Amino acid sequence: MTSLAPSRTTRWVIGILVGAFFAIPMASTFFYTLRDDDGYSLVHWAALFDPAKAALYRPIWTGLGNSLVLALVTVAIVLFLLTPTMVLVHLRFPKLRPGFEFLALLPISIPAIVVVVGLAPIYQHIARMLGTGAWTLAFAYGVTVLPFAFRSIQASIDAVDIRTLSEAARSLGAGWPTVLLRVIAPNLRSGLLAASLISVAVVLGEFTIASLLNRQVFQTALVVVKNSDGYAASVFTLLALAFAFVMLIVIQLAGRARSGKGRP
Amino acid sequence: MTSPTPVRSLPRTAENSLLADAHSGTRVEFRGVVKDYGSTRVLHGLDLDVAPGEFVSLLGPSGCGKTTALRVLAGLEHANGGAVLLGDTDVSTVPTNRRDIGMVFQSYSLFPHLRVIDNTAFGLRRRKVAKAQAQRRAADALELVGLDHLADRFPHQLSGGQQQRVALARALVTEPRVLLLDEPLSALDAKVRVQLRDEIRRIQLRLGITTVFVTHDQEEALAVSDRIAVMNAGRIEQIGTPEELYLSPATPNVAAFVGLSSIVAGVASGASVLVWGETLPIVGDPVTGEVEVFLRPENLRLVASGGIEAVVQESTFLGSFRRTLVRTTDGALLQVQHPASERVEYDDRVRVAIEPTPVSVR
Repeated sequence: MTSLAPSRTTRWVIGILVGAFFAIPMASTFFYTLRDDDGYSLVHWAALFDPAKAALYRPIWTGLGNSLVLALVTVAIVLFLLTPTMVLVHLRFPKLRPGFEFLALLPISIPAIVVVVGLAPIYQHIARMLGTGAWTLAFAYGVTVLPFAFRSIQASIDAVDIRTLSEAARSLGAGWPTVLLRVIAPNLRSGLLAASLISVAVVLGEFTIASLLNRQVFQTALVVVKNSDGYAASVFTLLALAFAFVMLIVIQLAGRARSGKGRP
Repeated sequence: MTSPTPVRSLPRTAENSLLADAHSGTRVEFRGVVKDYGSTRVLHGLDLDVAPGEFVSLLGPSGCGKTTALRVLAGLEHANGGAVLLGDTDVSTVPTNRRDIGMVFQSYSLFPHLRVIDNTAFGLRRRKVAKAQAQRRAADALELVGLDHLADRFPHQLSGGQQQRVALARALVTEPRVLLLDEPLSALDAKVRVQLRDEIRRIQLRLGITTVFVTHDQEEALAVSDRIAVMNAGRIEQIGTPEELYLSPATPNVAAFVGLSSIVAGVASGASVLVWGETLPIVGDPVTGEVEVFLRPENLRLVASGGIEAVVQESTFLGSFRRTLVRTTDGALLQVQHPASERVEYDDRVRVAIEPTPVSVR
């Protein structure tokens, strides 16, 4: 074989190394949750459903619920605010794009701790207007996920000639809402899926902002519970990872089922 | 020009909803349309009147404003002055989606996520036509362009020519008041281009739909148009039938662009003109005095003796004939068309004579 592709052996070695990089910490955590004095058992997993310990784990369930709501609101911000804005900039104000891109990528270079310093006074106003519900954190998370969401959506926008497609749709009698929903959105689907997925992942994994603004989310709850029950925190971490994997697979399958390219 | 491969005959009128409803077309009018991009004026008060059912081409080099004019008509660009009329209605302020137009674009514009049949039915669905009826009419439109057998395909499964045919069907299925064609053939290879060009004209005649066709290809415009508007620098230089433009171009630009004509000096006296010592009859009104004479490539030939001396600049083989660009001793460039058997090469010294055929002067 004269191709540039690595040999079969090399591919296996790379695969095993990369796999080990991800698998070892997860496997270690898993075995840790199975540890029971000198032997191994499922006692720490069973404890999740132990009514006696329900009060101890309550912060995690509350935090998880809050985080899922936050993930939903953040995804809504990405889909219904960021995406139409990006399409508008692309079609109508292409000269704004460099500035817009700079702004969108900026949050990645600002440490969360610095962001919080700026956000604290803003959240005093938000608390007065909208209350202190955990979901209000989504405004901050909407900014945090900007760089990731922007990149994946922009890649989709650049891959499709949405200018011609929207002009064609309008010439056929479609108004702007129809153009966005029925023509542009379906063709940006892969980018929108990726952006949503990354946003969910970022929100579920965020700790600093929530902790410093005194909101209870999944990650802050894990820290609280870890202080009293390290096993439970590990169990929940594994469950969260499994949830992310399942979500990834489900979204991929859904994407494939509705894609025309999958059909014969 | 005939197509290299046979094209399916059109279905009988009674069977096809589009043909059954064929009407007499809508009048299209540009009235003093002005368009600026920033401080650059790209349309200088464009006036154009397209009769119902007429096929008019906007022809010109890139940057002449032809595409801008079409986009103003479509409502995709807003004019800075003047008015655009469809029928008797001023549509200048009507948004694109309510202008009732059909448009085919230069780049492939089919919706990638929709099957051919759903692409074609898109305009009908926007007009609240029930799904079953929309699909039936879309199938009729696809039949019109000979692609009804590909209704279930996705755009990426079609060739470029097929995609543009579907785009044509999609534009026609709503029976719009005007069909706008923005260089729809320029992305296709030569053979498909000629085939689709002739088919567009045939369908346009059958449906009687008013059509505005933008192209930079003079051969394309000459082949299909009722009238051609030759544009240059934001203005229409001349508008007329293909024959008028070819035989009596109004300006050197039109002459060069439409007929590949060369321009030489001559002295006219009434109905004839003296060029290079030859007396030629004049096309059109008699004139007297110094004039510019338009010489089309087929007015000129290579001779062994007589005529005038020239040097070959380039020579192109075009099947049964060659077209050769020569420079005369006084510096004029002339296009000469001659049999392919008369082979010449760069820097050859040749002699060029004028056929004693009628010529246009200015």
